[in-house]
Amino acid sequence: MDLIWDGLREAAHILRTGDNSIWAITLRSLLVSGSAVLISLVLGILGGAFLAFKDFRGRNIVLSLVNTGMGLPPVVVGLMVAIVLWRSGPLGHFRLIYTPAAMVIAQTVIAAPIVTGFTAAALRHLDPRLRTQLYALGASRPQMLWIVLWETKLPLMAAVMAGFGGAISEVGASMMVGGNLTGETRVLTTAVMLEVSRGDFALAMALSIILLVLIFAVNAVLTGVQQQEKM
Amino acid sequence: MAPKLSLRDAVVRRRGTEVLRVESLDVHEGEVLGVIGPNGAGKTTLLQVMSLLERPAQGEVLYDGIRVRGRELSLRRRMALMMQDPLLLRRSVAENVAIGMRMRGVPPSERKARIDRWLARFDVAHLAQRSARKISGGEAHRVSLARAFALEPELLLLDEPFAALDQPTRETLLDELAGALGETGLTTVFVTHDRSEALRLGERVAVIVDGRIRQIGATAEVFATPADEDVASLVGAETIVAGKRVASADGIASVRVGEHVINGLARDGLPEDVLVVLRPEDVTLMKPDEHRPESSARNHLHGTITRVTLLGYQARVSIDCGFPLFALITKQSLEEMGLAAGQEIAATFKAHAVHLIARGPNEGGPAPGDVCD
Repeated sequence: MDLIWDGLREAAHILRTGDNSIWAITLRSLLVSGSAVLISLVLGILGGAFLAFKDFRGRNIVLSLVNTGMGLPPVVVGLMVAIVLWRSGPLGHFRLIYTPAAMVIAQTVIAAPIVTGFTAAALRHLDPRLRTQLYALGASRPQMLWIVLWETKLPLMAAVMAGFGGAISEVGASMMVGGNLTGETRVLTTAVMLEVSRGDFALAMALSIILLVLIFAVNAVLTGVQQQEKM
Repeated sequence: MAPKLSLRDAVVRRRGTEVLRVESLDVHEGEVLGVIGPNGAGKTTLLQVMSLLERPAQGEVLYDGIRVRGRELSLRRRMALMMQDPLLLRRSVAENVAIGMRMRGVPPSERKARIDRWLARFDVAHLAQRSARKISGGEAHRVSLARAFALEPELLLLDEPFAALDQPTRETLLDELAGALGETGLTTVFVTHDRSEALRLGERVAVIVDGRIRQIGATAEVFATPADEDVASLVGAETIVAGKRVASADGIASVRVGEHVINGLARDGLPEDVLVVLRPEDVTLMKPDEHRPESSARNHLHGTITRVTLLGYQARVSIDCGFPLFALITKQSLEEMGLAAGQEIAATFKAHAVHLIARGPNEGGPAPGDVCD
């Protein structure tokens, strides 16, 4: 128990005194995961809309693949992205391995299927006659898509929450493609791992608290908007 | 002047099966055309083609006499379609009315004026800022009407707009719709399976059965002289029975139906095998023991009442005369005469009320001797 209390006290002290390197790690986490979620939103919404509205042979197989993708182990994603970005790999000449961009790519691979799956499910739950009604009101295809997405914004916010949660909390892929380099690719999760391996539980706890607060803050904001919309 | 919208040899297929074939249909500027038909007859498909939401596999659609090449957005924006369910968005009532206008590029000040005008016209102005998810079914239909009229379309298409509503609400909304159509003079196509709605709104009516338009013409004419058994049944001629024409003289055709001879108006080219079609409201009932008053009615039949069904202030009386005969009388008459199942009854109707249709090879109609329900 002492370990926990001492750790918490020390963590509170670190958070109060505000070490610049901690805030840099926090900012990097937000930037990497935020970028990954934004890219995932674009890909996932377009992909989800296509899967929901387009009737094509093999759609169920693609949906099953997307659903499988929603539970992709980050370590496997890290391995795949590392192989592709490795210096001798197919995209090695871009020299992205061990950069924040590589981490964004890996986190996008993790978050995009989540957003796609949620979007497809939300749009498929909409009354299909609504699209007909919108076209009849004079909607072009982009206008129709924008309105039905706006109409399903509550489940889409859940997609954002799940995608952001999946991206910012994964560690295996970031470690593998980012390398946990000080001041370059170290993010909250990889920093926690490092500090635990060093035995610095207090710093690990402080970083974990920041991570939890971040996830909570994003979810609280989105939940607040959701609840307001429901009223 | 070219019709507002025309269909020529339009064919729609679903999974290889033909669901609609319209050889020729014109919707004229300013008219209200009713389209009636049973469920699954192809009414909604017809409206989808007319609203350019579905392209026929064959044939063509003409708008103002010009051939439509596809699902042209600019033309779709000159029409409005109101579906059976209002399908309002998760927004305020005013925003729901605005959305179509916004998509069509109506300027904000004009939008506001139209929203105010049409919400007030359909008596829902007080709901303008309320969430569309928090209004009643009848109110939602009023908002849907306001949304359609606010678009100020050249062509208004209505797909059974009140089918999901209860009778009193439907009656009220029909009156309001009729009023709004009268004020605006909008060219309208109104699809319904309820013949009373077609009677009330449509100047012309098209009857669609099994994906084909069986008859089209002035509403009164189609209701009075249905072209075949299916049309007769759809326009409410409940007594439809097969007979054989035995004589024609002085403009009257005599048709043998079982042991009875029924007189109807003769017309040129009527074959021997005919269907006798009679609307229930044209039949008058009398107690058989009553002294038969001298009357101009050419037909007098005796039978047994098999069922009495109350329909609000009216009653439908089913009579077995050797063939099923149906009469529609007021509830008051039913009570005063004390009519009930099992009683003997006399039925009279004029030759004018009897419509005779040539009987096709597959049209039997109930044969004499069938027992009515």
